[in-house]
Amino acid sequence: MTTLAVSPLLSESVGDFTKPSIEYFDLSPLLIIIGVALAGVIVEAFVPRRLRYVVQTLVAVVGTIAALVMTVFVALGLEPRGDNAGFGAIAAEGAIAVDGPTVFLWGTILVLTLISVFLFAERHLEGGVTAFAGQAAALPGTEAEREASTKGLEHTEVFPLMMFAVAGMLLFPASNDLITMFVALEILSLPLYLLCGLARRRRLLSQEAALKYFMLGAFSSGFFLYGIALVYGYAGSMNLGDIAEAVSGTIGADPLLLGGIGLLAVGLLFKVGAAPFHAWTPDVYQGAPTAVTAFMAACTKVAAFGALLRLFYVGFGAARWDWTPMIWVVAILTMATGCVLALTQSDIKRMLAYSSIAHAGFILTGFVGLNAVATPGTAELTSLQAVLFYLVTYGFMTIGAFAVVTVVRDSSGEATHLSRWSGLGKESPFVAGVFAFFLLGMAGIPLTSGFTGKWAVFTSAWQGGAWPLVVVAALLSAVAAFFYIRVIVLMYFSDPVGEGPTVVMPSVLTTIVIAVGFAATVALGVVPGPVLDLAAHAGQFVR
Amino acid sequence: MELYAPIIGLGLIAFGFAAFSVVMSAVVGPKRYNRAKLDSYECGIEPTPQALGGGKFPVKYYITAMMFIVFDIEIVFLYPWAVYFDAMGLFGLVEMVLFILTVFVAYAYVWKRGGLEWD
Repeated sequence: MTTLAVSPLLSESVGDFTKPSIEYFDLSPLLIIIGVALAGVIVEAFVPRRLRYVVQTLVAVVGTIAALVMTVFVALGLEPRGDNAGFGAIAAEGAIAVDGPTVFLWGTILVLTLISVFLFAERHLEGGVTAFAGQAAALPGTEAEREASTKGLEHTEVFPLMMFAVAGMLLFPASNDLITMFVALEILSLPLYLLCGLARRRRLLSQEAALKYFMLGAFSSGFFLYGIALVYGYAGSMNLGDIAEAVSGTIGADPLLLGGIGLLAVGLLFKVGAAPFHAWTPDVYQGAPTAVTAFMAACTKVAAFGALLRLFYVGFGAARWDWTPMIWVVAILTMATGCVLALTQSDIKRMLAYSSIAHAGFILTGFVGLNAVATPGTAELTSLQAVLFYLVTYGFMTIGAFAVVTVVRDSSGEATHLSRWSGLGKESPFVAGVFAFFLLGMAGIPLTSGFTGKWAVFTSAWQGGAWPLVVVAALLSAVAAFFYIRVIVLMYFSDPVGEGPTVVMPSVLTTIVIAVGFAATVALGVVPGPVLDLAAHAGQFVR
Repeated sequence: MELYAPIIGLGLIAFGFAAFSVVMSAVVGPKRYNRAKLDSYECGIEPTPQALGGGKFPVKYYITAMMFIVFDIEIVFLYPWAVYFDAMGLFGLVEMVLFILTVFVAYAYVWKRGGLEWD
C-alpha cells in the first residue's frame, strides 16, 4: 500500500528491472589488457619523457603476461555446458562467450602479442630509437620532422595503442552478440589504422597505407553493420544463440537472412584478407612499420578467423548449406589470388602479404570441413580444431618472417626490394638460413609447422566431403612453393647486386622474436600433438 | 534460387537508379562551363592555393570537439544509470565510477600533454 502511494509508475518500472551482473574472473584477461592500455595512457601523461619508453615496455610486457596467466586459470575453470561437447559460460549478460575456443584464441593472441611487443620495442636497428615516427604530426620532409629526428623524439603511445587493439582482438572472437562483435571490430581496427601510419622511414608510403586501410576498413564496417541490420530484421535479436534458434526454426531460407549472411561475411572476410576483399593487404602490409605488419598479420587474422568461425558455426550453423558454396568460392579465389600474384612481386613485404592472403584461403578450406564432434581415438579432425591449430602455426611463422625482414637493411632503412636480398646467403648465412626455414614452413614442407597446419585443414576438409576444394588447395600450394623457393634460390645462388644488403645485429628483443618463431615452427612441425590435442580439448563453441 | 531474386532485384534497382541519374543529368541538365566547374572536386567555389609553410593550419578546435564528444557520451550513459540508481545499488555505483575514471584518463592525457592550451 505504501509503495503504491510513493509512485506507482516508478516502482512498476523498477520491478521489471533485473540487476545486471558481470563475471570478473571469466573476463579477467580482457579486463587486464584494457587496464594495461589505460595505464599506458596515464604513463604518457604523467611520466617524464626519458623514462616513458622503459615504463611503457614494462607495463605492456607485464600486463600481457598477467593476462596470459589469467587465461590459463580461466581455461582450467571451464565447465561443460549444453549438449554439444562445449565448455564454458556466457558472460556479461549474454554479450561474451567464454568457452574453449575463446580461451584457446585468447592464449594464441596473447602469446603472439607478447613477442610483438618485443618487436615494437626494438631500438637497436634505428640507432637508439624505435621504428616509429618521432613526431607523427610533423609533415614528412619538413624542418619540424628533422628537428624531431635530431632531438631523438619517439612516440611511446604505440604501446597503449597496441594494447587497445589487443583488447579488441580478445573481444572479437569471444563476442556472442552482433553489436559486441561490431564494437570489438572497431576497437581492434582504429588503433591499427593509426599504427600503420607511424613509420619512421618512408613516411608518405606509411601514411598512404594508413589512409587506404582506414577508408576500406570503414567501408567494410558499413557492410558489417548493414548485415547486422538485416539479420536483426530476420531473427529479431542480436544474440547469436537467438539467431541460431531463428535460423533452425525456419524451413527454407529467407532473403533477409541470406543478405545478412552475405554482408556480415564481407565485413569479416575483409579483416582476414580474403579475396575479393584482399586489395588493401599488400599496400598496407608494405607501408606499415614492419613491427606493426607482423603484429597485424598474425593477431588480426587469428582474431578475425575466430569471430568468423563463431558467427558462422554458432549463429548460422543451421544455414550451413546456404553459406558453404560461398565459402568454397571465396576460398578458391583467395588461394588463387594469393599464390598467383605473389609470383609477380618484387618487394619482400608485398610478397609476404600475398602469402598471408594465400594462407587465409587455406584456412577457409579447413573452415568448410568436418563440423561435427570428432570421434575420440580416431584420426578425425573437426574444422574448428584444424583452423585453431593452423592459426597458431601461421602466427608464429609470420611474426618470425617479418622480424627477419626488419634486420636486413641498407642505408635507407629496411631493404625490402627482392633484388636487395640476392646473395644474402653469402653475406649472412645464419639470417638467410632462418628466413629460408620460415619460407619453407609457409610453403608447407614436412617437418615444419606449415606442413602439419596444412595437413590439419586439408584432412578436416576431406573428411567433411570438400575433396574438390582440397585438390585445388593442394595444387595451389605447389604454385605457392615456387615463389617461396624462388626467394631461397635468390638468397643462396645469386650474387649480391652492388653493395648488397647488410644484416644489422638487432638487440636481444628481436633476437627473441626470431628465436621463438623459429622454435615454434620446428616444434609444431615435429611434435604437433600437444597443440592439436589442446585445440581438440577446446571443444565446440557454446551458445 | 527464387530466394535470391529480391537481393538481385535490389542490386538491379540500385544500379538502375545510378545509371538513370547519371544519364538523365547528362541529357537534361544545363551545361554552363567555367573555371570552377572544370576543377577536380567541383563545388562551385574556386579553391584557394595551398598556404605557405606546407599547408599547415591550426586544428586546435578538434581536440576540444573530441573532448566534448567523450563527455557527451558519458552523459548519455549517466542518465539511464541515474534513473535506475536505486535498483542497481552499490554494484551500479562501482561500475559507474570505473566508467567515469576511464573517461577521465583521456581527459588527463589531453590536459597533461598540453592539448587544452589554446596558444
